[in-house]
Amino acid sequence: MLDWINILSNWAIPVMIAFIPLYASFKKVPVYESFVDGAKDGFSTAIGIIPHLVGMMVAISVFRASGALEFFTGWLSPLLARLSVPSEVLPLGILRPLTGTGSLAFTTDLIKTYGPDSMIGRIASTIQGSTDTTLYVLTVYFGAVGIRNGRYALKVGLFSDIVGFIAAIAVCLLLFG
Amino acid sequence: MVNKIWLGLILIGFIFAAIKGDIQIVTQAAFEGAATGVTVCFGLISVLVFWMGIMKLAEDSGLVRAISRVLGPVVSYLFPDVPKNHPAMGYILSNMSANLLGLGNAATPMGIKAMQQLQELNPDKQSASPAMCTLLALNTASITLIPTTLIAIRLNFHSANPAEIVGSTLLATAIATFAAIVADRWYRKRSAWTKPPVSPPNEASYTLKG
Repeated sequence: MLDWINILSNWAIPVMIAFIPLYASFKKVPVYESFVDGAKDGFSTAIGIIPHLVGMMVAISVFRASGALEFFTGWLSPLLARLSVPSEVLPLGILRPLTGTGSLAFTTDLIKTYGPDSMIGRIASTIQGSTDTTLYVLTVYFGAVGIRNGRYALKVGLFSDIVGFIAAIAVCLLLFG
Repeated sequence: MVNKIWLGLILIGFIFAAIKGDIQIVTQAAFEGAATGVTVCFGLISVLVFWMGIMKLAEDSGLVRAISRVLGPVVSYLFPDVPKNHPAMGYILSNMSANLLGLGNAATPMGIKAMQQLQELNPDKQSASPAMCTLLALNTASITLIPTTLIAIRLNFHSANPAEIVGSTLLATAIATFAAIVADRWYRKRSAWTKPPVSPPNEASYTLKG
């Protein structure tokens, strides 16, 4: 099963790159011209995201560098420890929705320190793999079409992050405990 | 909410830096953050330019429309206000499949394409439509079958069984996605009650164009 999905993942992009132009040429689309025509939009879309992403990254960077993150996790750790959850993974719960690279670095560090097959290593891997960086996804997707008011989207994203975080811990404790 | 979080992150950071007596850190972090934002966007240029070119071919050849027609019903219950044959459905499906396979750099351009299509149906160009919120909810929770990056990292640190987290990740991400869909539904209904109904996108004029 696992091998199957891996093979599918490896083949998906090469097949798309070969099959889509081939199919288009069967349908008498001038493939190269049409490709270039569509590709033009990619540049302006990427540039349009810059203000949104710069704004968000500045706020997250200031928050992280100031040491505020450590303070909040240090404050919450004793609470988790009482629930027999390794408190080392807690910063990940706060870091994960904010920054993808930051939380990946943190996860890597936990795996390095405690070992990939420790409970901490397993929980950290599960948390990191089970959800995406909510603030980044929101900024890029809405920024790309110029949406300023995301309405309830952020609440939904953060709610599912919390549920995912708790679920990851519970599932690991059940499966590997 | 995004306004409060943004302001909150900056102010909390400012206060902590001030208390620590190291206020310079705010300046440094702010410009580092800005540089990261630009770097990430520049990294996106190549990905977006390439995939948007490929997707233009998929659109011009009628492939996107065909995907919407065949697989649209599978997800149409999540997007009740998107016309079933609309190309947005095709992009939403491509985005979801790419996420499922863990093809991050293909998923983002497809998701953005889907957003652009949904924006055309959106009566208020400044604020997100319910369909946009649902698409975003699916992407923030992001169901992935194989977390390839993490398996690679675990392999690097000599895990006895690097792929053992596939099951736990799948279970956790399924729960998170389910929570996202339920919460999205709940807010969607609530906002429909509290706000005067926005007139639905005009399906008739769309089908004439298409």
